[in-house]
Amino acid sequence: MAEVLVLVDHFDGDVRKVTYELLTAARALGAPSAVVVGTPGTAGKLADGLKAHGAEKIYVAESEQATEYLAAPEAAVLASLVESVSPAAVLLAASGDGKEIAARLAVRTNSALLSDVVGVGADGVQHSIFGGAFTVDAKGVTDHPVITVRAGSIAIEPTDGAGAEQSVAMPELDPSRQAVVTAREPVVAGDRPELTDASVVVSGGRGMGGAENFGIVEALADSLGAAVGASRAATDAGWYPHQFQVGQTGKTVSPQLYIAAGISGAIQHRAGMQTAKTIIAINKDPEAPIFELADFGLVGDLNTVVPALTEEITKRKG
Amino acid sequence: MNIVVLVKQVPDTYSERKLSDSDHTLDRESSDAVIDEINERAVEAALQLKEADGDGTTVTVISMGPERATDAVRKALAMGADDAVLLSDDALHGSCAVQTARTLAKVLGTLDGVDLVVTGNESSDGGTSAVPPMLAEILGLPALTHAREIAVDGTTITVRRETDEGVTSLRAELPAVVSVGEKINEPRYPSFKGIMQAKKKPITSLTLADAGVDAGEVGLGNALSQVTGAAPKPPKSGGQKIEDGGDGGAQIAEYLAAEKLI
Ligand SMILES: Cc1cc2nc3c(=O)[nH]c(=O)nc-3n(C[C@H](O)[C@H](O)[C@H](O)COP(=O)(O)OP(=O)(O)OC[C@H]3O[C@@H](n4cnc5c(N)ncnc54)[C@H](O)[C@@H]3O)c2cc1C
Ligand SMILES: Nc1ncnc2c1ncn2[C@@H]1O[C@H](COP(=O)(O)O)[C@@H](O)[C@H]1O
Repeated sequence: MAEVLVLVDHFDGDVRKVTYELLTAARALGAPSAVVVGTPGTAGKLADGLKAHGAEKIYVAESEQATEYLAAPEAAVLASLVESVSPAAVLLAASGDGKEIAARLAVRTNSALLSDVVGVGADGVQHSIFGGAFTVDAKGVTDHPVITVRAGSIAIEPTDGAGAEQSVAMPELDPSRQAVVTAREPVVAGDRPELTDASVVVSGGRGMGGAENFGIVEALADSLGAAVGASRAATDAGWYPHQFQVGQTGKTVSPQLYIAAGISGAIQHRAGMQTAKTIIAINKDPEAPIFELADFGLVGDLNTVVPALTEEITKRKG
Repeated sequence: MNIVVLVKQVPDTYSERKLSDSDHTLDRESSDAVIDEINERAVEAALQLKEADGDGTTVTVISMGPERATDAVRKALAMGADDAVLLSDDALHGSCAVQTARTLAKVLGTLDGVDLVVTGNESSDGGTSAVPPMLAEILGLPALTHAREIAVDGTTITVRRETDEGVTSLRAELPAVVSVGEKINEPRYPSFKGIMQAKKKPITSLTLADAGVDAGEVGLGNALSQVTGAAPKPPKSGGQKIEDGGDGGAQIAEYLAAEKLI
């Protein structure tokens, strides 16, 4: 069976969850081989998790250079592996870094790039585009398609893999042709669930009226074990951090329940949340377009409705 | 300093976007076409660098797209860019990301001494954030992507890069490719004077042959990936909408409980 290369997305000694989604998805195409690119000592901490999620092989490329440059080290390692093992495909996370590595790899190996897919199968991949308005089937016509997979779109199925480790040399990189990383400030995960895989998301928009008011959205979210999101109007105003923006240029979420408070429902916001199973809208304007989408719409002032809802939920939970 | 800004015309995101029934490519007739909002920010970033640098810096706009992409190019010129190159050729229809990047690299090759290529980080019409790193790979240049801040000092460029994973500081020597994120700036509106001047600014029209690209290397038929099918999502049926009579919070909770969501 052909190998399928899976680039391991890791941070600070931990495998990011999306990697396990990739290892699951890879099994539709062949035998998953995890590829770890990191500073010396990285792979040792990740191996058990990778094995438990079906990695038959673990290629290890460890070098100080791995974190000095952006995307180029991973692209170089993957390109050399594509040459030596001729995989059925290469899978990466559709994150900022993953997309960048994938793009470089596709050019370097003259491969099809299938970006931000939500499904992987032997016949091809599925994309969800224009904010879920269209589902598109596509396939690569090259030997080693490079596929980036949207986090949260594949259900993880753990299974034992042999996890045979094999070290790979880090190819020489020309420093004059790279962007050098001079500092990193990773986003620290909060106590709330990750926005893209939360089953409930509560979002606030311009109607919140200010940063301080996001407290009532956070309280509602916590009563539901939900993640907090925001419209671009709210992130642009600096009321809530950028990484929580939902929409076309922010995150795409597909939770069981999405509650929008003080959000008008502009088409670019909808693009990030319209595939939610149940949508609740709270808005004082009865004409707000968000109501066209809502399963349950409440025309009212969020300043009273949101805290009352939080209280009611807390009460019901007893 | 010679700055090039890559500008793409896209369907207006405020209108409904569709795929064509025949070949599943973007249906460009069904919606208004505008300069991509992120590219207005790219132009703004280039103009700010030019203003900081004083005379001697030029900003050239490059676009690849149908003839009517001239409108997007004019908008960038009206904002203050100096001149433009538009590559238009029917054979490009349906090109994949790899082909697009290779073609744009050829167009860049028609210009002398480019120091900095400024792009958007992701185009709004199903863009994949692929073109900027691909260009860097093809041209052998450093890529500084998802910039929230850009500074150029002599021949050194530094960028604060912001993605969902966090903030990274990057440094490279020019020439380089930089892609801008949506929080980088607020693009200026073209002034009346700018709009009038833009009408006289030079736009060089290129065909594939002019750019030295073989038509057999681009277009739907030669793309490295193929779309095999497309289906619109069935429309959502409307739900209920009620006025808050003072017990709105409780009413929502009631609904959530009935739907077994709490
Ligand atoms: C290329 C492009 C990309 C974009 N990407 C995104 C994106 O990724 N995400 C995104 O969200 N937007 C995006 N936008 C912006 C989008 O067009 C809207 O401007 C934005 O979504 C509006 O945010 P909002 O709904 O919070 O604000 P508004 O549209 O101003 O709506 C605020 C709402 O709050 C209601 N309200 C006010 N006070 C109260 C109150 N006390 N109680 C209840 N309701 C109240 C008002 O009735 C109103 O409906 C993009 C735009 C473009 C052009
Ligand atoms: N056809 C094109 N013409 C000019 N620039 C483009 C084109 N396609 C992509 N770009 C540039 O690359 C950026 C990222 O696009 P993409 O890789 O398609 O998400 C865009 O914001 C543009 O700056």
